Amino acid sequence: MTATRHTTSAVPPPVRTPRRRRDGRAAALYLAPAAVLLLGMLAYPLYQLVLISFYDYGRAEAAGAAPLVFLGFDNYAELLESIKFWVVLAKTIGFATVCVVGSLLVGTTLAVLASRVRAVPRMLLFLAALGAWATPAMAGSYVWLFLFDADFGLVNEVLAGLGLQGMSDHSWTYGTYSAFGLVAMEVIWCSFPFVMVTMYAGIKGISEEVLESAALDGASWTRIATSVILPMLRPLLLIATIQSIIWDFKVFTQIYVMTNGGGVAGRNLVLNVYAYQEAFAGSQYGLGAAIGVVMTLILLSITGLYVRSQRQSVEL
Amino acid sequence: MVAEVVTVVIAGIVAFPLYWMVLSALKPASEVQSANPRPWTFSPTFENFERVLDSAGFARYFLNSTIVAVVVVGLSLLLSFLSAVALTRFRFRGRTVLLVMLLVAQMVPVEALTIPLFFLMRSIGDVAPAFGLNELGSLVLVHLAFQLPLAIWMLRGFVAAVPIELEEAAKLDGASRFRFTWQILFPLVLPGLVAVSVLAFIHAWNDFLFAKTFIISKSENQTLPQAILVYFKPEENDWGAIMAGSTLMTIPVLIFFVLVQRRLVSGLSGAVKG
Repeated sequence: MTATRHTTSAVPPPVRTPRRRRDGRAAALYLAPAAVLLLGMLAYPLYQLVLISFYDYGRAEAAGAAPLVFLGFDNYAELLESIKFWVVLAKTIGFATVCVVGSLLVGTTLAVLASRVRAVPRMLLFLAALGAWATPAMAGSYVWLFLFDADFGLVNEVLAGLGLQGMSDHSWTYGTYSAFGLVAMEVIWCSFPFVMVTMYAGIKGISEEVLESAALDGASWTRIATSVILPMLRPLLLIATIQSIIWDFKVFTQIYVMTNGGGVAGRNLVLNVYAYQEAFAGSQYGLGAAIGVVMTLILLSITGLYVRSQRQSVEL
Repeated sequence: MVAEVVTVVIAGIVAFPLYWMVLSALKPASEVQSANPRPWTFSPTFENFERVLDSAGFARYFLNSTIVAVVVVGLSLLLSFLSAVALTRFRFRGRTVLLVMLLVAQMVPVEALTIPLFFLMRSIGDVAPAFGLNELGSLVLVHLAFQLPLAIWMLRGFVAAVPIELEEAAKLDGASRFRFTWQILFPLVLPGLVAVSVLAFIHAWNDFLFAKTFIISKSENQTLPQAILVYFKPEENDWGAIMAGSTLMTIPVLIFFVLVQRRLVSGLSGAVKG
């Protein structure tokens, strides 16, 4: 029985088209469930987002009690004319930059360190990093908030104990910079492990011989790190950078929880939280959608870079 | 030796917030809300955990989060595996275009889609009540969709790494494509599946935004993040309860991470290498 199967399947197809067509049909079957979900929950909402951003879409319109009024680009004009939008945009970029640079610096440094130390300290570091990575954003936000709490926080207590009496009931979440700084620390804490694991895998991929020959040539430790290891890690570093940019631009939970919805008088708004507040707290769905479109455009242009970097390292 | 000491100290700093979370959850209320917090406690107690677990619906929220996360993990494994097989093993027109679209889809800021998705879920509720607003089904749908592009992209590398000769050999032995896919390919891409399941689990388990937006008037369908928010009040935070709730929320993810730790690292690096 197997013998007959042998002959039928071993015979190469006379023309390429039947195999291609059969593959196409099977592929359609395999891809259908994912495609339905992606079209329904990603592509269609994206189209709707753009559409809503062109309308005066408020509470009455959302409830279906008032007819929709087409505004064209008015929502965008309102946005671009408002100082608040530019301030929020600048804060978003600044905040994301600090988080990206921070997690890359910490993650890469610790990856290099981990590759130079013995197994037990390395394992401890990896366990700690996995713990930080596994902590849900909500839980992480609360712990950091508690550590820096004005009245019951450990940090103020320690600072006061070191002689900084003014710090004993200092509010870290009140000021714009200290609140953003606190959130940034939490974000870096939970996102550097991804960078570290990625870079560590990359370093392990570099052959020992290369490093040894560099050392034999008299290169110092720092010289090896900057002139040998770093250039070889560049493709991985690029991917980690762009992934971090994309994550940190979209931080929502941490900002929302740690600054109680965007800080005192909206001082700690980022685009994400701003769009959410305009839409769901202010019932300005059209304006919120316009902010969402702006954010999408920014992130998709970063995607352009990502696709290009992937094209070099991954064959499509 | 210096590097070793530095590493251990850094590990301690990184782990400290977790230690503080568990410690504060175990402290009696008077010690948690103390102006002179101590880095240890002489009288550990489970009263914070008891208060949280006794409170209205915490167990229910825990169950809701678990249901959503488990269903999302299961379905995203199945769907992303099927798609990854199709995109690596089958030759058909438009394959490259699909791959690029999946890459781009990963970058769409899903948070920005909250507004249209809210209206979409409202309409879905009219047709299929289990997937509409206020239902767990709506959360499953969004998390699944947002997880798929990355999951497919990651698994692709693993499927591609299985030599084509293996498939030809299986075919010669009379195995159908279906059998080959499930009995040979599926076990071989296990590290990739583990990495995908971890990412999907964390994503669904951590979600605060969509639960906040979609589950508005049916509190018994809330998930964990909202449950902890209850103890967070501007003037009188119950830090003991918040830390106990946060600990309970972190434990399942930690267990999951520890279980798959080795495979996760190889899975992620495999995916990054493509």
